[in-house]
Amino acid sequence: MTISSFVLFWAAIFTSNILLTNFLGMCSFLSVSKEVESSFGLGVAVFFVLTITTGLNYLVYHLILVPLGLVYLQFIIFIIVIAAFVQLLELVIERYAPALYYSLGIYLPLITVNCAIFGVSLFMVIRNYSFVQSISFGAGSGIGWLLAILMLSGIRSKLKEKLVPVGLQGAGISLIITGIMALAFIGFSGIVNVQ
Amino acid sequence: MIIQIAKDILITCGISAFLAFILTLAQKYLNNYGICKIDINGKRSIDVEGGSSLLNSLTDKQVFLPSACGGRGSCGTCKCKVVSGGGPVLPTEKPFLSSTELSNGIRLSCQVKIKSDIRIDIPEAIFNIRKYRAVVHEILDYTYDIKGITFKMIEPGQIDFKTGQYVQLETKPYGKVKQKTVRAYSISSKPQEKDRVQLIIRLVPEGICTTWVHNHLQVGDEVNITGPYGDFYLRDTKADIIFVAGGSGKAPIKSMLEDLQVVGTTRKMTYFFGARDVKDLYLTEEMYAYEKVFDDFKYEPVLSHCNPECQWDGKRGYVMPYFKDAIIDPKNTEAYLCGSPGMINAVTKGLKELGVPADKIYFDSFG
Repeated sequence: MTISSFVLFWAAIFTSNILLTNFLGMCSFLSVSKEVESSFGLGVAVFFVLTITTGLNYLVYHLILVPLGLVYLQFIIFIIVIAAFVQLLELVIERYAPALYYSLGIYLPLITVNCAIFGVSLFMVIRNYSFVQSISFGAGSGIGWLLAILMLSGIRSKLKEKLVPVGLQGAGISLIITGIMALAFIGFSGIVNVQ
Repeated sequence: MIIQIAKDILITCGISAFLAFILTLAQKYLNNYGICKIDINGKRSIDVEGGSSLLNSLTDKQVFLPSACGGRGSCGTCKCKVVSGGGPVLPTEKPFLSSTELSNGIRLSCQVKIKSDIRIDIPEAIFNIRKYRAVVHEILDYTYDIKGITFKMIEPGQIDFKTGQYVQLETKPYGKVKQKTVRAYSISSKPQEKDRVQLIIRLVPEGICTTWVHNHLQVGDEVNITGPYGDFYLRDTKADIIFVAGGSGKAPIKSMLEDLQVVGTTRKMTYFFGARDVKDLYLTEEMYAYEKVFDDFKYEPVLSHCNPECQWDGKRGYVMPYFKDAIIDPKNTEAYLCGSPGMINAVTKGLKELGVPADKIYFDSFG
């Protein structure tokens, strides 16, 4: 059964959220989610990178790698495409949003090896998505990631004034909250299944 | 087989090369800010290549803002007012700026990247700051841990400074210290001797620069000095003066007294010098000699850690209790303090209690 791109888009946000059901892209998710503002910045960056690199990787895969029989080179090529795009994005952000550039720090270049982004490109190949499906899936996953990090940063900013047991402060409580959020997202999973 | 491998490699390289090409184009376009104009105080304007930091651009154009860390954003001394064109305040600057400074547009010039025309306000005195090549002319041992080092200016050959100002001395790598560092020291010589500056430097245990000066610097060595900086200079009024110094804080006061000797003064002056022990006293004869030079000058060394049995018949304890005898008209008294932050705070408090106006207490704190 082919899933329509529209359904795929919403499914990527809610029922199979890349972060909360596949647990991809956790490192920057946990470390940048301290502040809502920079979380939003990184989320938007991930959304852009996901949407565009999924499209680019689709084109590279189906127009270059498949016809030339170089499918076994897909990992290295996908990584190169992602790396180049992140580098480009870094240049753009440094020029036009220097404050965001400094608050993202190392996590912006780390998008290069963010498993959520590579993961979406691989899902696209494994699940045989069409071009439009790939873009919708990429965009949906990006928005899903953005949604998840915004929720966590919102909760964490509220947590600053709350008493958290010393042993759980920082990463500990964030992981627990992420787990509860993931549980909540399972509630959506009955709607549609794209796995 | 080999052709197949070569083809695969070629395609991979081709894709990489194409992406690298796009990135290079983007870099050329995005990182090119063209020629930007820096408007200083609305009076001067200089053209610089955009893309580098405000501090470095100014330094290239011989405008030296003070900077102790060399633009790494860790010392917070290169502050200046950016009126327009500075972009948003970066998270790297915020720890160094108070809320008043933030609302006044004060920025760390090493963190401001020039991307467009920019308008800044800096004190006029900054234009007098130069980078000097100088040579070590004389090293005097004042005490077991304090040396007086005279540098002779080579290029430019003369320096214009006010008494009480300081210069920054750049160290060279030595021993385990692989990097140049820059530290600030008050000038202790008189401004009339334009071809030289003397610095009084106390050995700080583990101090990078002071260790270099005390253990490695030799007569004849060449060093880089920038300056003069600071607004701790002697005000030209008729008010009475209280000088208070501790340790190497004697430097700016020495400069002020030597200057006053040349220009002449009838002001009432008292100089309290705080030290721990007899062995920490230096230039004592010279300071007492000023009592004969000036109409109304008194030198008061005060020892804080002198045992009852030590050879000292002068004043003991801390300097504050002795102020009330020296200050006749507190409203008409200026105080010049130089020493550690702890000493400055205590002395400022003591002077205010005696009625010396806060705006007449000038200090140079070496923190």
